[in-house]
Amino acid sequence: MKFVDEYRDPQAARVLLADIAALAATQPERKFMEVCGGHTHAIYRHGIEGLLPENIELVHGPGCPVCVIPMGRIDDAIAIARTKGVTMVCFGDMLRVPGGTSTLLDAKAHGADVRVVYSPLDALALAEREPDRQVVFLAVGFETTAPSTAVTLQQARERNVPNFSVFCNHVTIIPPVKAILDSPGFDLDGFVGPGHVSTVIGTKPYQFIASQYGRPIVTAGFEPVDILQAVAMLLRQLEEGRCDVENQYRRVVSGDGNPRALQLLQETFVVRPHFEWRGLGFIAQSALGIHPDFATWDAELRFEVPGLRVADPKACQCGEVLKGALRPWECKVFGTACTPETPIGTCMVSSEGACAAYYNYGRYSPRARARARIPVSAD
Amino acid sequence: MATDEDLAARDKVLDRVEAWRRRAPRLADDVITMAHGAGGKASQALLEAVIRPAFSNPTLDRLDDAAVLDVPAGHRVVISTDAFVVTPRRFVGGSIGDLAVNGTVNDVAAMGATPRALAVSFVLEEGLTVAEFRDIVADVAAAATRAGVEIVTGDTKVVERGAADGCYITTTGIGYVSADRNLGPGAVEVGDAVVVSGTIGDHGIAVMVARGNLELSSDVPSDTAPLAGLVEALLAAVPTTRWLRDPTRGGVASSCNELAAAIDLGITLYDERLPIKRPVVGACELLGLDPLYIANEGKMLAVVPADQADAAIAAMRSTEYGVDACVIGTVTEDHPGIVVIESAFGGTRIVDMLVGDPLPRIC
Repeated sequence: MKFVDEYRDPQAARVLLADIAALAATQPERKFMEVCGGHTHAIYRHGIEGLLPENIELVHGPGCPVCVIPMGRIDDAIAIARTKGVTMVCFGDMLRVPGGTSTLLDAKAHGADVRVVYSPLDALALAEREPDRQVVFLAVGFETTAPSTAVTLQQARERNVPNFSVFCNHVTIIPPVKAILDSPGFDLDGFVGPGHVSTVIGTKPYQFIASQYGRPIVTAGFEPVDILQAVAMLLRQLEEGRCDVENQYRRVVSGDGNPRALQLLQETFVVRPHFEWRGLGFIAQSALGIHPDFATWDAELRFEVPGLRVADPKACQCGEVLKGALRPWECKVFGTACTPETPIGTCMVSSEGACAAYYNYGRYSPRARARARIPVSAD
Repeated sequence: MATDEDLAARDKVLDRVEAWRRRAPRLADDVITMAHGAGGKASQALLEAVIRPAFSNPTLDRLDDAAVLDVPAGHRVVISTDAFVVTPRRFVGGSIGDLAVNGTVNDVAAMGATPRALAVSFVLEEGLTVAEFRDIVADVAAAATRAGVEIVTGDTKVVERGAADGCYITTTGIGYVSADRNLGPGAVEVGDAVVVSGTIGDHGIAVMVARGNLELSSDVPSDTAPLAGLVEALLAAVPTTRWLRDPTRGGVASSCNELAAAIDLGITLYDERLPIKRPVVGACELLGLDPLYIANEGKMLAVVPADQADAAIAAMRSTEYGVDACVIGTVTEDHPGIVVIESAFGGTRIVDMLVGDPLPRIC
């Protein structure tokens, strides 16, 4: 399969692992944060962490848009779903995210009409097919998915679909990264930059990380060879004393991103003054709300929502994990009270959450590290 | 006062009515109604007009409350049951009727038994068209013939509109296994090979495509198929086969996890060796699904001694439904109870038990 097979090629991987081993041999402990939930998932799915040298650590960041939605907003979504006449439509991984006391899946089992789609345009089509239902799309995601929500809102206006609205929880990537850079005790050596967010925003927005904070960043694709190459590029920068924004994902990402998508975002969304992030608290200018021109399709204006702040359960340490301050297995409730079947926090629910990824894929890795470490040759 | 002529005329009418009553009830309706489930004339009409013509065999035709079967000497009875609620009811490669036969037949075959008879129970929603019911029944009949089983008894119930989704089918399969054949997890040993009879993930993707969620350019057919023949060929070539399972809901991953837990040994699978059709790989990539967890309806997993792996593969490949059979893993003493998969370049990850449902109502 094009663009997948080449980037899973074992021979290419072996060469890169040899490069990484050689570079790491002359360097101290290095901690790189991979910001994007998709990277977390890919790293564990392919067992990459177990193949890296002992002194290279990949730390998981807040790039899982499902993980960072606070429980209060989930409760708001559940309240809308429970409203008579409403069909709540969302992506599959939103179903089990815990709110204060319940989940959308639970609401569905108790009679709420909750349905899963793969694209917001499917939700709009559903609204047109069922004019007597109030169809609400639960929009989540970084700048990766925001453009498709934007297209859907524009289509809703063009096709004049009155029974459709969007409950918008889109967030943007730069503010939380900056929050992490500013947090006390910050000790990361570089970043593996988000792949798909960068297809929209380009790589220029990351410049401040290199110039103001002195850390290299390499935007990477999602296949094993992409991630290994990005790690090699970061190590090379550190070895050569450089500090640049580099782009490994050239086949998809350009420096300027996607101007048409950015234009669409400008027209359809506004930046909220502040937004609560699970674990990171309130961050200014970090989320998108719906532009007044599309107010008719804003679920927050159409429905009454509790809008309450729900504190995370005392036992939950999702915030620390999201900041990269805690590794999943260092959380007090990891794997015992908090498992994929009985998640306390969102890091365990979403397939891109660091805890879920580690639990599902990597918890065997300490021994696997020793076993899977194949002799790397510099062929 | 009635004359003899009057009485004769009346008797003639009564005779005519009696003759009319003795005729087979006709099915005039074009949709299933509550009457068809009541056990009375409408039920009879449905039975005589649709069900019996399709399934007819000496045992069924007795229309007793239950079927009496003879058990061959030196054999034990194997019984399995499954309900089928797939939606949509028709997809490329098959229908709910095919699944209802093959699913149960394969469970019986997985014990090393020869499937012989099926009991079929329908729950129909009021409003289902008789035409569709006829098609489903025809599929069941054809699948039963292909699988070499007879439908010996059954039941039909009708529920109100909205109380069921069109048509649910439950089948119970009976087969006979030779008394000296004892397949099960207990026989599995460290070093054994894990073998699959063909490509994985086909059925789940076929149903997903039929749901209209995806617009794939190639039609992946469901792999629904009866596997008793494949099992017989395997057991003839490798009598020391340890364990068999058909990896339906939850896919190969779930079946391997069940085995690993039962034997408290580990299973290592090899990513490069998994046989997966390219369109299935593509569909899974698009949807974020893992083919290891997707239902199969015409595949068999087998665990065989390592030195018998080649013979097992050859035997399966010699049959109609086993052409892509291959070794996909090993039983190991490492990581007991856990299934691990190795990628092509040595990375490993856990293949855990499924949480939640990636594809509901798949079979």
